[in-house]
Amino acid sequence: MADILQAVLNVGFAFAIIRITTPIAFAALGAIITDLAGTINIALEGIMLQAAFWGVFVSAITQNVWLGLAAGVLSGLSLAAILGYLNLHLKADLIIAGIALNILAAGSTVFFLYVLAGDRGVSVSLRSLVLPSIVLPVIAEIPAIGAIISGHHILTYVAILAVFVLHYLLYKTPFGLRLRAVGEHPVAAQSVGISTVKIKFIALLLSGLLASLGGLFISMGYVSWFSRDMIAGRGFIGLIAAAVAGRSAWRTLGGALIFGTAEALTFVLPIWGIASELTNMFPYVITLIALTIWGRKRIRSGKRQIDNTSGDRKF
Amino acid sequence: MDPYILMRNITKVYPNGIAAIKGVDFSVEKGEIHGLIGENGAGKTTLMKILFGMERPTAGTISVAGQTVKMTSPHTAIKMKLGMVQQHFMLVPTFTVAENLVLGMEPKQGITFLLQRAIELTEDLSRQYGLPVPPRAITSDLSVGLQQRVEILKILLRKAECLIFDEPTSVLTPLETKELFCAMQRLATEGKVIIFITHKLREVKEIADRITILRNGKRVAVCKAADVSEQDITRMMVGEAKIPAPVKRTTVSGPSVLSVRGLTCQRKDGHIAVCNLSFDVAAGEILAIAGIMGNGQTELVEALTGLYPCLTGTITVNGEDVSTASPRRIRLCGLSHIPADRMGRGIAAPGSITDNLIIDRYFKAEFSRHSIFGLRKKQIRQHGEILRQRFNIKAPTAMMPVQLLSGGNMQRVVIAREFTAAANLMIADQPTQGIDIASTLDVRQRLLDDRNAGKAILLISADLSEILQLADRIVVLYNGEITAHFSTPAEITTEELGYYMLGAAQQAGPEIEQAA
Ligand SMILES: Nc1ncnc2c1ncn2[C@@H]1O[C@H](COP(=O)(O)OP(=O)(O)O)[C@@H](O)[C@H]1O
Ligand SMILES: [Mg+2]
Repeated sequence: MADILQAVLNVGFAFAIIRITTPIAFAALGAIITDLAGTINIALEGIMLQAAFWGVFVSAITQNVWLGLAAGVLSGLSLAAILGYLNLHLKADLIIAGIALNILAAGSTVFFLYVLAGDRGVSVSLRSLVLPSIVLPVIAEIPAIGAIISGHHILTYVAILAVFVLHYLLYKTPFGLRLRAVGEHPVAAQSVGISTVKIKFIALLLSGLLASLGGLFISMGYVSWFSRDMIAGRGFIGLIAAAVAGRSAWRTLGGALIFGTAEALTFVLPIWGIASELTNMFPYVITLIALTIWGRKRIRSGKRQIDNTSGDRKF
Repeated sequence: MDPYILMRNITKVYPNGIAAIKGVDFSVEKGEIHGLIGENGAGKTTLMKILFGMERPTAGTISVAGQTVKMTSPHTAIKMKLGMVQQHFMLVPTFTVAENLVLGMEPKQGITFLLQRAIELTEDLSRQYGLPVPPRAITSDLSVGLQQRVEILKILLRKAECLIFDEPTSVLTPLETKELFCAMQRLATEGKVIIFITHKLREVKEIADRITILRNGKRVAVCKAADVSEQDITRMMVGEAKIPAPVKRTTVSGPSVLSVRGLTCQRKDGHIAVCNLSFDVAAGEILAIAGIMGNGQTELVEALTGLYPCLTGTITVNGEDVSTASPRRIRLCGLSHIPADRMGRGIAAPGSITDNLIIDRYFKAEFSRHSIFGLRKKQIRQHGEILRQRFNIKAPTAMMPVQLLSGGNMQRVVIAREFTAAANLMIADQPTQGIDIASTLDVRQRLLDDRNAGKAILLISADLSEILQLADRIVVLYNGEITAHFSTPAEITTEELGYYMLGAAQQAGPEIEQAA
């Protein structure tokens, strides 16, 4: 017992939580935008994977980490744009189109990895780069706190910044007002001349941007290579963190932290003698528990949900 | 001078083949309150949707302020300074009033939304038109009347000169209605044009300067409201032939068909909604339950029809105890049921007319082969078609989805099903609520015919004149209990009934026991 407390109550573990939460937070922030716009981006997982691959590949070819970043973001955005086009213009089912894109991303990354680099499954032959970490001046000097919040990967700080920016965008700008109107009462939004298609498309693109950054963090920071399926459900966990947290960017970050902590624990619990096969299930079990609690809460407040008749899905 | 709004020779044929508007001319002058009146399905909403650009006319022209316009979308209409208060409000429930008001034209500085500025705008506009609203309140917390006011302000903020109201009073309390009428009059004196859709005669007489009457998609009259009586308007709305003859009572009641003893029902929240009720309905009589809505009627009907279990007591239909039976079992014992909640319980909106007509009988040998070969499609189609014609459901075919019908025609589908069910007991819960005069008269006549043919009918109605016209006996339900029983309705007045309904009077035990 004592050794497990020691493992958990130290700065290293707190640092790990922040690191592990980063990609989940990106996905969750992407999810909250689409959620508020009355749509849902099931393809977050695939977007993360695609961005992770193209970031690694382009950074290895060009030996320029920023070009890698740009390539990853572009590839993620294009997947989000395809989803928007399928759903909003061709009226394809959002869930089915999203699943299709996830499968496409899973397949195409393995395919291109083999065709372009000759690697099977893991990018062993690519000399890819990682994005820099940042030591925060002043804060780094503070005992304990400095060790926890300084020295993280640049994208971790971008994630924290994104929470502020997103909160402002969603709740303090005309665009945010319109986006939330489209999500809640699309007919009312249309009646005052707001284009629901345009707003939803922008929301999908923004979620694609954030998810791309999450994917890039994993392959160009968390580790320094690409391997097949390396997102391991973090995109879906992000979707759930956002759904459980509700309508605020801050609570979404809180939700992501819970899942991040759960994942961090999987590295610690084996110390206690629990088989790692069991502890690896931990994040997913937490997910199921969270969904159950959230589901019950939602059933109780079910009457407040307005039916939307425009054929959009409400999660 | 040309009228402000001029619609010429408008025709609208919906893609499903319904000709909702047939060559209608419609005009409104500046500063006028214009009543647009007609039965359900007459085409009032369609005509106004065309004016507001929500539907394209099949033929005809529209001009606003002397300028001919093609109304391609509500956007064009808003640019031409038209505004419409829809039957369903276009407000985002979780937004504040001020946010809803400025949505789409937000005051801003750089990329920042200026909420304070929006609140000031709301307050200014409120003051200017004398329509007070709380700018910071969450919209879903407001009463329906206040929400409607927000809608009106929203239109005024967009500089509308012509305001269209689609049945605005159907959701309002009498006091709110009065306030709305005051606001409409004030707007008219400021020179705005007001178009007011309704099917309530008293309202047009009260507020409109001129009225246009639609019947069956055609304009039957335009006149000054002061020049015509309510009877005249009724005649023009309904057509001559359908005015009802007074009802003759032929009370020879037979054996008891429905028998209720000591029935107590509990709502989901634990509240006892119906308490120790006992009454009988005999063959060949109409027993009416009078009462203000929310005094246990809903729970009573749910218990009788097996939709929600009763707590204690027995319910017997044709001698069989059905206290704990399923709805289907009870129906097989001889019950038919016209539910008050038409959209929720009466019909399955996306289904076809035919599907809705056989939903209580598809399993019978006539329609089903009781095997993997499934349903007898041909018989079902014929059945649907026959009932559609017999009950005068206005649709090109019985395969049309029910949700495309007007309210009155939806109710006809329910009526057609329930009046042709193999049953000798009918529970008619608000059977004429919200439907037009012709359909109302039709339903009442059918109830009387069935009564005369020996059916037992339990009528629940919020319309006292309906109860007094149809009932052979009346019980009053107050707070979940029977507080009065009248076996000779001809001798009582609405005022008298009102005392009991409001709980101001109560009969003694022995009189009430006669209900059973
Ligand atoms: N979107 C639609 N598609 C097809 N038919 C419709 C549609 N809307 C209304 N109708 C039909 O047009 C007729 C007129 O309806 P409506 O204008 O709503 O009447 P009112 O408002 O006078 O009650 C009705 O028979 C109705 O069934
Ligand atoms: Mg209408």
